[in-house]
Amino acid sequence: MDKNSDKRTDGRKPEELRPISARVGIIRKADGSAMFRIGDTIAYAAVYGPRELYPKFMQDPTKGILRCRYNMMPFSGSGDRVRPGPSRRSTEISLVTEKALLPVLNLEEFPNAVLDVFIDLPQTDAGTRCAGICAASMALADAGIFMRDMVSAVAVGMVNGRLLADLSYEEESTEGEVSDMPVAFTPKTGELTLLQLDGGVTKTELIKALELGRKVCREIYSVQKATLKEKYSGESGEED
Amino acid sequence: MGLLVKDKDIVVPGEDLAIGMDYLPSYGTFREGDGIVAAKLGLVSVEGRVIRLIPLSGKYLPKRDDTIIGRVVDVTFSGWRVDINSAYSAMLSLKDATSDFIARGSDLTRYFTFGDHIVTKIINVTSQNLVDLTMKGVGLRKLDEGRILAVNPYKVPRIIGKQGSMVGMVKDATNCRITVGQNGVVWVQGEPENELRAVAAIRKIESESHISGLTDRIKAFLEKGNSKE
Amino acid sequence: MMNRTRSHMLKFFEKGMRFDGRKLDEFREVSVEYGISKNAEGSARVKFGDTEVMAGIKMSVEKPYPDTPGEGNLMVGVELSPMSSPDFETGPPSSGAVELARVVDRGIRESKAMDTKQLCIEKGVKVWSTAIDIVTINADGNLIDASALAAFAALKEAKMPHYDADAGAVDYKKKTSKPLPLSKVPIAVTVYKVGNYCIVDPTSEEEDVADARLTVTSHGGKINALQKGGNYPLSIEDIEKMVSLSMKKAQELERYL
Repeated sequence: MDKNSDKRTDGRKPEELRPISARVGIIRKADGSAMFRIGDTIAYAAVYGPRELYPKFMQDPTKGILRCRYNMMPFSGSGDRVRPGPSRRSTEISLVTEKALLPVLNLEEFPNAVLDVFIDLPQTDAGTRCAGICAASMALADAGIFMRDMVSAVAVGMVNGRLLADLSYEEESTEGEVSDMPVAFTPKTGELTLLQLDGGVTKTELIKALELGRKVCREIYSVQKATLKEKYSGESGEED
Repeated sequence: MGLLVKDKDIVVPGEDLAIGMDYLPSYGTFREGDGIVAAKLGLVSVEGRVIRLIPLSGKYLPKRDDTIIGRVVDVTFSGWRVDINSAYSAMLSLKDATSDFIARGSDLTRYFTFGDHIVTKIINVTSQNLVDLTMKGVGLRKLDEGRILAVNPYKVPRIIGKQGSMVGMVKDATNCRITVGQNGVVWVQGEPENELRAVAAIRKIESESHISGLTDRIKAFLEKGNSKE
Repeated sequence: MMNRTRSHMLKFFEKGMRFDGRKLDEFREVSVEYGISKNAEGSARVKFGDTEVMAGIKMSVEKPYPDTPGEGNLMVGVELSPMSSPDFETGPPSSGAVELARVVDRGIRESKAMDTKQLCIEKGVKVWSTAIDIVTINADGNLIDASALAAFAALKEAKMPHYDADAGAVDYKKKTSKPLPLSKVPIAVTVYKVGNYCIVDPTSEEEDVADARLTVTSHGGKINALQKGGNYPLSIEDIEKMVSLSMKKAQELERYL
């Protein structure tokens, strides 16, 4: 990145997101589904349930259970093949995805049952967990699940002292000091449901970054909202 | 102050529907502070001061007195467990299944067995979502051979139509036997060519239910098919 | 189980018709889309009606297998993603996924569609390894044919990455313009037997009531791989009929590549 110019290596402004596109209802077998694309990162999400949970000992009679599974397709990464099956990385991402979605759900609605969210990424650049959360939130809405709000997510970060929204893979792997901060917000209340950080920032930088995250998540939210409305407006419901 | 959306608007979860205390939150909405917020994806319905959402998607929510189509998935010592296309399966107990006297230890598969589809009625839904069924009532029966279609449960009222007018029209035009369960499970039986038309008509109703003039369009669709013969 | 659906379906078959209006030997709408994942060396999406699968190729440099020191390695993996059907679960590959992967693998391997000798860098030491991974997106029947077609489409689209001999590593950022050494186009068409009828490209509803299936992978009139599945036996007469139908339909499917 050129320090003296406002532009980033891919020509974006500091607060500019990569191009976003989204679709809902793309997987017929699922109760709800969505695709969310940001830059070259593509996430598919499918929701099954609420449905009965087996084995029975896993059931909770006071509330339903949310299960998320994040999975990179074996050919989706730059570099080596991703070995199929859970890794430490994917297990952690599955967990934080669950926690990012839980605050908007009311699991007491379906005791003993399970709500399954499956996220698969066919192509990745950067910001895969955030793209997955965006897709999952849309898939949950598509599945008619009771939700207090949507969830919108993006990575914000500091690259050599500059605050940037939606880091690309190139920026993430820049020489020098890079801080990467995936965040998820509930757009209505502006609260955080996902926060992680790798790097090194001051408290002031952190708060600035979070404020930027909240701001750009509103842009993501508008895409999510428009896509959901468009499907049900019937004008493009059967389009493929 | 007041309404922030229009009647029949499509809203997403978390969307503000109204501000102030002039309106009352009902199904699919909740009050937050002095506002009313959407709690799911749906179609806004404003009746007087009451705002509710008409769901557009999601699993069937069992309701007492609904006539539904279920599939027998288990035979237990006290009755049958039935998949009702919902989050939870339902129970059909011996006493609600038949008026016959059934001796302890009888082979219950003589009445209903695995994979059977039945037209049944919900008699009770508990707070823990336990659903009880009965076979005692008009039209409740085990289904003959035919095909089972899954439709969006929220489109069922349009498929049935006012006093059964829509499904009646499809039946008359195609000579098919059709049973529509409130849970979005539809059974169709007819001569192959006719049945294909009936199924196409049901799919058309399902996908175009929100566009006005549905009845006329379905009528034209069915007549076009008839004139071909 | 589901006898009433099955007997009703057979009445349709008797009239040469299926529940969705197709003829017995008719495919659903087939589509092949290339280059769906830019990080893969090659990739494709295949749809048969509502059934959708993705396949991607990843290449690496590895030690050859001891029994084929002068040939590149080939591996096929299938993930029946729980995203694609309520019947699929998370966890290690099911026997169904392993069977599917091996049927696709044998079709490519036995037809010698790829000249793996050309993928040898240093005999007994270094060869190119080709990993074909298939992931199901929406599973509405006929995953075998869709997976085989997607696998081959992805191979066809693939370009070799650059091998930096000095560094002894693959530079994935540098894709060459060199395609994989492919010579033949093996096509898998699975024929399902339901009662006395044979159908191709079943929906999951049709698969559920089928008695047996036979996957025939053929190329240019030669059969390279077979797999009989299902719980019921097949007679030699059945096989003859099913193989003919499969080979006829394979010509039709080849046009999509």
